Amino acid sequence: MTARRGGAAMRGGAAMRLKGLVRKEFLQIVRDPSSIAIAFVMPIFLLLLFGYGVSLDADHLPVALVAEAPSADSADFFASLEGSHYFKPLRTSTLADAEEALRQGRVNAIVHLGADFAARLRRPGGAPIQLIVNGVDANTARLTQGYVEGAWGNWLARRAEARGQALATPVRLEQRIWFNSEVKSRNYLVPGLVAIIMTLIGTLLTALVMAREWERGTLEALLVTPASMTEVLLGKLVAYFVLGTGGMLLTVGMAVFLFEVPLRGSFWVLWACASLFLLAALGMGLTISSLARNQFVAGQVAIIGTFLPAFLLSGFIFDIDSMPPVVQGITHVIVARYFVSIVQTLFLAGDVWAVVLPNAAALALMAAVFLAITWRKSRKRLE
Amino acid sequence: MLIRLLALVRKEFLALLKDRRSRMVLIVPPMIQLLVFGYAATFDLKDIPFAVYNEDRGAASRDLVAAFDGAPAFRRVATLRAQHEIAPLVDLRETLVVLHIGPRFSAGLLSGDSAPVQLIVDGRNSNTAMIALGYARQVVDRYNREWIAARGLPAPPARLESRAWFNPNLESRWFFVPGIIGMLTLVTTMLVTALTVAREREQGTFDQLLVTPLRPGEILLGKALPGFLIGMVQGTVILLIATLWFKVPLLGSLPALYAGLAVFLLSGVGAGLLISSLAVTQQQGLLGAFLFMVPAVILSGFATPIANMPQAVQTITLIDPLRYFLVILRKVFLEGAGFDVLAHQYWPMALIAVVSLGLAGWLFRNRMY
Repeated sequence: MTARRGGAAMRGGAAMRLKGLVRKEFLQIVRDPSSIAIAFVMPIFLLLLFGYGVSLDADHLPVALVAEAPSADSADFFASLEGSHYFKPLRTSTLADAEEALRQGRVNAIVHLGADFAARLRRPGGAPIQLIVNGVDANTARLTQGYVEGAWGNWLARRAEARGQALATPVRLEQRIWFNSEVKSRNYLVPGLVAIIMTLIGTLLTALVMAREWERGTLEALLVTPASMTEVLLGKLVAYFVLGTGGMLLTVGMAVFLFEVPLRGSFWVLWACASLFLLAALGMGLTISSLARNQFVAGQVAIIGTFLPAFLLSGFIFDIDSMPPVVQGITHVIVARYFVSIVQTLFLAGDVWAVVLPNAAALALMAAVFLAITWRKSRKRLE
Repeated sequence: MLIRLLALVRKEFLALLKDRRSRMVLIVPPMIQLLVFGYAATFDLKDIPFAVYNEDRGAASRDLVAAFDGAPAFRRVATLRAQHEIAPLVDLRETLVVLHIGPRFSAGLLSGDSAPVQLIVDGRNSNTAMIALGYARQVVDRYNREWIAARGLPAPPARLESRAWFNPNLESRWFFVPGIIGMLTLVTTMLVTALTVAREREQGTFDQLLVTPLRPGEILLGKALPGFLIGMVQGTVILLIATLWFKVPLLGSLPALYAGLAVFLLSGVGAGLLISSLAVTQQQGLLGAFLFMVPAVILSGFATPIANMPQAVQTITLIDPLRYFLVILRKVFLEGAGFDVLAHQYWPMALIAVVSLGLAGWLFRNRMY
C-alpha cells in the first residue's frame, strides 16, 4: 500500500492529480443520482418510447367509401380498397355523411363514386372517381393519395386483364429503394433518435457542472490546489465521457438488437465517430455552463438550445436540402446534424468514407471549438 | 391576501427578469426559433437532386428526361454513361434519385407495349424517398396522359380526381407552423417553472418562503402566474408571426384558440412546477424537464401522426397536454373550428392542470429532504 502510494508520487503530480479529480467527479456523480439517470435511464426510456412510438408508416387509414348508386362495378372497386391493409374503410350511404365524418376527424379521406359510375365506365370518356383528402396533415394526405392511386392502378390492370384488353399505361415506373428496401421508417428514425438522445444526454451531463461549481464557490477552492484549470476541466471531461460512452453503447445496442436496425458499417468506425460526437456534445454543455456561470440560466439555455434545434434542424426528420439557404447555413452549427448523417449512413449504407470523414472532421472541429471556449472562459476568471 | 400574493408574483417576476441573460433567454430565442423552425419544418421537397442514366437513343426517352428536367421539384445533377457510376453517386448522397432508362425503351413504347423505367431512390430517409417517388410518379403519369392523348389511344375507363380540403395545395408548412406555436409555448413554460422551486430549495430560500404567512395555495399561485402570463404574451407574439409572416390562414374562432392556449399553459405550468417541487437540485429539475418535454413533443403528433403509433404508446399520449393543444391549433387555424368541435380537447388538459398543480402544491409542504 505505502509502496504503491510512493510510486504514484514519484511518477509525478499531473497523472495523480488528474486521477484524484476524476475520482472526485465520480463521487459527485454517485452522490446525486440524477447524472446516472441521465446517462443510463434516459436513453433506455426515450429510445423505447420513441423507437416504438415514432413512425411515418401509415396503414389502416380511415377512409369513407360512398357509392351514390351501388353496383357490381362500385363493389368491385371498393373491394380493392377494402382488401388493402393501408385502409380502414367506413361505408357511408351519402356524401353528406362522409363529409361530416371527415370534418369530425373520423376519416382522413373520402372515395366517392357518382350515380352514373357504372354507366360512364363503359362510355369512351371514362368515369371519374372522386377522392377528397383532409389536407391538414399534408404528409398523410399525400400518402393516402398515393395508396388510393396504387389501388386504382391495380384495379384497372386486373379489370383489363379479366377482359383480355391491353392496359393503356405506356411508361411503367419500377422503383428500387436502396438501403431500406422495405421502406421501414423505423430503420432511419432509430439511428437518428440515437443521435438526438445522445445530444441531449451529452449536453445535459455537463450543462450544469461548471455553473454549479462557480455558484457554490467550490471552483475557487479547487484553484488553490495544485491542480490547474486544464486538469480540472480534463477531470470533468473524462468522468462524463465514460458515463456518456456507457449511454451510447446502450442506445446502439438497443437499436441493433431490440429494433433490429441493420448495422452495415463497422462497429469501430461508429465507436470512433460516437466518441468525437460525445466530445462535441459534452463540450457544448461545458460551454453553456461556463458562459452562464449560473445554474438557472445554464439550465434555461440547455432547454432552449439543445432539444428543439437537434430535433428539427439535424436532418433527423426534415430534409436539410429542402430548407432555404439561410436555414441550411444555421444547421451547420448543430452538432447533431453531423452525427445524424454519419449514423444513418453507417447503419443503412455501410462505411461510406466520403460521408463519414467530412462529418467526423466537422465533429472534431466543433469539439475543439467548444472545449477551447470553455477553457478560455474558465481561465479568464483567474486573472 | 391579495397584497401578499401580488408581492410574491412581483418577486417571482424579478427573479426571472432581473438577470439580463435570463431576460434574453425568455424573449429572443422563441421568435428566432419560430422563424428558423417555420422554414425548416416541412416535408415538401425542393430541388430533389437526380441523375439520368439513359441507354436509349429514341425521342421518347429524351421527352421523358425533359419532363423530369421541366418538373420544378427536380434538379438534374449528373448524366451517367455507365451502370457502375450509379452506386458511388447514391452512396455519397449527391443524388437522391436515379432515372434509369433501358436500351429498348423507345422501341418498346412505339410497338405499343408497356415500357419499364427504373427509378433508384436512396432509402436512408424512407420518408423523403417516398415523397420523391410520389413526385416522380406524377411526372410519369402526366407523360403517360400526354402520350395517350397524342396518339389517340383509348383512355382508362376510370380516372382519379383528387382534391384536398382545408389545405388545397398540401403545403406541409401550414401543418407544422401551428404545431410550432404549441411546442415553443411548452418550452417556455418549462423554462420558467421547472427550475424555480428547485433553485429555491437548493439555495434554502424555499424554507423561508414556507415560514411566511403565505399559504401553499398562494405560493403555488405566485409561482404559476409568471409562467402563465409570459406564455400568454409569447403565444400572442408567435401567433402574430405565424399569421402575418408565414401567412398560415387563421379561419376559426380566436376565443376558442385562446381558451386552448390558457388551459394548455396551465397544464404545462402544472407539469413544470410538479417537476420542480419533486427535484432537490436544479440538476434534477433539468433532468425532469427533459424527461417531460422531449416525450411530450415527440409523442404529440407534431411530426409523426399518433395514429401510426402502437396502441400502448397511443395510450401514453393521453397524458400529453401538447397532443390536445395541437389538435386545437390545427383545427382552429386550418379547419375553421370553434368550441363545439373542440370540446373534447379542453377537459383532458384541464384535468392534467388540476392534478399536476394540486400535487405540486401538496409537495411544497410535504416534501422535505
